[in-house]
Amino acid sequence: MARIDLDHIRHAYGPNPKAPSDFALKQVNHSFKDGGAYALLGPSGCGKTTLLNIISGLLHPSHGRLLFDGHDVTDLSTQERNIAQVFQFPVVYDTMTVYDNLAFPLRNRGVPEAEVDGRVRETLAMLGLSERAGSRARRLTADDKQKISLGRGLVRSDVNAILFDEPLTVIDPHLKWVLRSQLKQLHRRFGYTMIYVTHDQTEALTFAETVVVMYDGEIVQIGTPDELFERPSHTFVGYFIGSPGMNVMPVELEGARARLGSQIIELPFPPANASGRIELGIRPEYVRIGRSGLPVRVTKVEDVGRHKIVRASLEGREIAAILGEDETLPADARVSFDPVGINLYQDSWRIETGV
Amino acid sequence: MDKTWNNKAWFMVLPVLLLVAFSAVIPLMTVVNYSVQDTFGNNQFFWAGTEWFEEMLHSDRFWQAMARSLIFSFVILAIEIPLGIVIALNMPRSGWGVPVCLVLMALPLLIPWNVVGTIWQVFGRVDIGLLGYVMNALGVDYNYVNDPLDAWVTVIVMDVWHWTSLVVLLCYAGLVSIPDAYYQAAKIDGASRWSIFRHIQLPKIRRVLLIAVLLRFMDSFMIYTEPFVVTGGGPGNSTTFLSIDLVKMAVGQFDLGPAAAMSIIYFLIILLFSWVFYTVMTNSGSER
Amino acid sequence: MADANVTSPRAGSLPAPGPAVTKAGSGDVARAMRRRGDQSRFWWLIPAFYIAFLILPIYWLVNMSFKTNQEILGTLSLWPRDPTIHNYMVIFTDPSWYKGYINSIIYVVLNTVISIAVALPAAYAFSRYRFLGDKHLFFWLLTNRMAPPAVFALPFFQLYSAFGLIDTHIAVALAHCLFNVPLAVWILEGFMSGVPKEIDETAYIDGYSFPRFFTKIFMPLIASGIGVAAFFCFMFSWVELLIARTLTTTNAKPISAIMTRTVSASGLDWGVLAAAGVLTIIPGALVIWFVRNYIARGFALGRV
Repeated sequence: MARIDLDHIRHAYGPNPKAPSDFALKQVNHSFKDGGAYALLGPSGCGKTTLLNIISGLLHPSHGRLLFDGHDVTDLSTQERNIAQVFQFPVVYDTMTVYDNLAFPLRNRGVPEAEVDGRVRETLAMLGLSERAGSRARRLTADDKQKISLGRGLVRSDVNAILFDEPLTVIDPHLKWVLRSQLKQLHRRFGYTMIYVTHDQTEALTFAETVVVMYDGEIVQIGTPDELFERPSHTFVGYFIGSPGMNVMPVELEGARARLGSQIIELPFPPANASGRIELGIRPEYVRIGRSGLPVRVTKVEDVGRHKIVRASLEGREIAAILGEDETLPADARVSFDPVGINLYQDSWRIETGV
Repeated sequence: MDKTWNNKAWFMVLPVLLLVAFSAVIPLMTVVNYSVQDTFGNNQFFWAGTEWFEEMLHSDRFWQAMARSLIFSFVILAIEIPLGIVIALNMPRSGWGVPVCLVLMALPLLIPWNVVGTIWQVFGRVDIGLLGYVMNALGVDYNYVNDPLDAWVTVIVMDVWHWTSLVVLLCYAGLVSIPDAYYQAAKIDGASRWSIFRHIQLPKIRRVLLIAVLLRFMDSFMIYTEPFVVTGGGPGNSTTFLSIDLVKMAVGQFDLGPAAAMSIIYFLIILLFSWVFYTVMTNSGSER
Repeated sequence: MADANVTSPRAGSLPAPGPAVTKAGSGDVARAMRRRGDQSRFWWLIPAFYIAFLILPIYWLVNMSFKTNQEILGTLSLWPRDPTIHNYMVIFTDPSWYKGYINSIIYVVLNTVISIAVALPAAYAFSRYRFLGDKHLFFWLLTNRMAPPAVFALPFFQLYSAFGLIDTHIAVALAHCLFNVPLAVWILEGFMSGVPKEIDETAYIDGYSFPRFFTKIFMPLIASGIGVAAFFCFMFSWVELLIARTLTTTNAKPISAIMTRTVSASGLDWGVLAAAGVLTIIPGALVIWFVRNYIARGFALGRV
């Protein structure tokens, strides 16, 4: 186990990068705590896989340093970093049995055969593959193949970290839950440092203690699932996390009030002197529908079971609100914003309010 | 299999059928015809039954040529297949080196076979060839015209020169189709260079490798032009392979009966290998 | 924020905390980079040596072609001391020489066109339909690719004599179909199987007739396959000598056969022989250069 520090890491795939758009990874400073369970969350192409491959040593960053427990490992090979990584698509060694597949990374490191046997059997049992131990890996289903890929990562007890690159993409939905909870259990039991890349917010929020949200080659927010939900520090995080995403509308500030078109919204805090493009963000969960507040025109109501999603038009802008199952939509609906849920953004980044 | 059953498809195959029938079946019938008859000239033929076949199968000349052909094929395989794999493994995977390597390596494959013979005939000569000259300057007594061993070495080196590229190109094509994730996983698992080859690369190129082995076996078993140009089958009969012997017999001595019988035995051997080739290919295809 | 060492989500706006660094020695790092699993630094030596081995005999031939016979026989020189294009002039001014090239090119092109033309519908049939005896037929075609030309040389001669086709370009072109048609069917079938069947069905629903669909939609889709097949037909027809020589006497004789004849007749005109050899390499080299981007793909199908 190790703490992993990313020190001003930047990466470009092409030679001689100049413009910021040449960089797949713009600049990353971050520490992954020893024994933490992290999720790297972001849309496709945001640089999360690049970051993962830099940590594991499959890629050499164009700039910056990587430290494991304070030791510079930037120039070390993958083997020497002692990292396990599981890929999106299953990689199995066709010619070997399931057992030998799991034993492979241990034998390559010269682990004594008795210990190999113990660890492999334990891992096989954990993945529910014990009775397949002797069969050829080639003949298995995609699910089982991916379990083997996972197993080759988990079988190593001494790794500095286990990295997962969207490992459950090819797995059956019901099995996803099972495997994810097994991974969580493993984390609690053995305290591996785990970094889990995904573009699926549910996966990220259920797996990780800390979620790192990436967007366009940068880290935009790091926090617990609650923090990401309540205080998105970038409008992208607001959009990306939650369903439906955060309502973001352009406003003008007038002291402790925000002007949205012809409407005035009272702010719970006096904003610091802010300039530039100001936006107000509020999650649908904090938009109250009732008979008082700002006038809206309801366009659509979606019943999703536990609650209803109300789509409405406020000053010509789309806004979503959550309506409890038992609540009813008044004829002349108006919305009000729960002050707890109001966030202000300057040029897409959140203004700290001290609340 | 989701192909529809449609016997009308025969009409689409018909042109191929007619053409190949014309250029393969009719000549083959002629050969069969000759193999069971005897002639004293003047286009008079007598039924000879299996006489020519028996004569062939009891002839030392036939078995010696057969042994030479088999030895030649196995030596060729033993050199070209490992060499081809090693070169393919070390080819560049991207950048300007790829087209350069491919074009230069494919070059010998597109040289007319007798010119290949001529190139090596000239190159190996002691008086005017670079190879022969350098060998003798180094104190090696090399002369492929007089020494059977030197003739064999020359013919083998020539075949390696001519055909190893085919193995390289096949293996290279197989190697570049392996997804990157396999190499990455192997690095993560701490696999050695040898393990990567043994457990990832070799299994993935098994199919193309099989094609390479069988093609090289059959083509080297049928080799005619190149050694004929270089050595003419000599010195003595030391490089007289099956097809050289066959052409000598049929065109040189006009012994049509024995030549035809030999052709058929020869063809049956090739057919057997083709069948093995086809069976293994279709089986390995259905495994995936 | 939950994590201690996070400086700011706005990347780079604050200096990073400096963790204690113990930099490994540069020697260790260099050794580490070369460790297990990585290719060694001198990997390129192997293809380089191999290419050198391939080029050396060709270089010697080119070298000889620019020398006079005196120089060839007299001294061993690594480059022509007295460069001359006399050898090439001999070939370009004597019709019995340069006609050989024209003959070769005529029958090679004829053969390529015939092979592709008949192979296209057959390959389509094999890739799309099942029919009575299809597998046996395919295997039988394949065996012809493997047929030893030596077996066929004499019967071919008699067959084409009977039809009065000896010494014509079409005779050689047809004879080479023996191995090129099966090859073309094989390669094209592979490419066609890669085109989803739905494309055919959509075209029929859109009201395309079969010939129009085949020429307007299907053939462009497998254009690279046709290119690869044509390349291999060209290649095998161009390099074959035994059958081509057997079926021709003067009017359609290929250059490679003329080469051997002239050498045995005029004795030792090494310079002209070398020049003729060099000229036979050029068409092949040109063809490879044009298809270089398709070669690997054609081989990738594993169907040659």
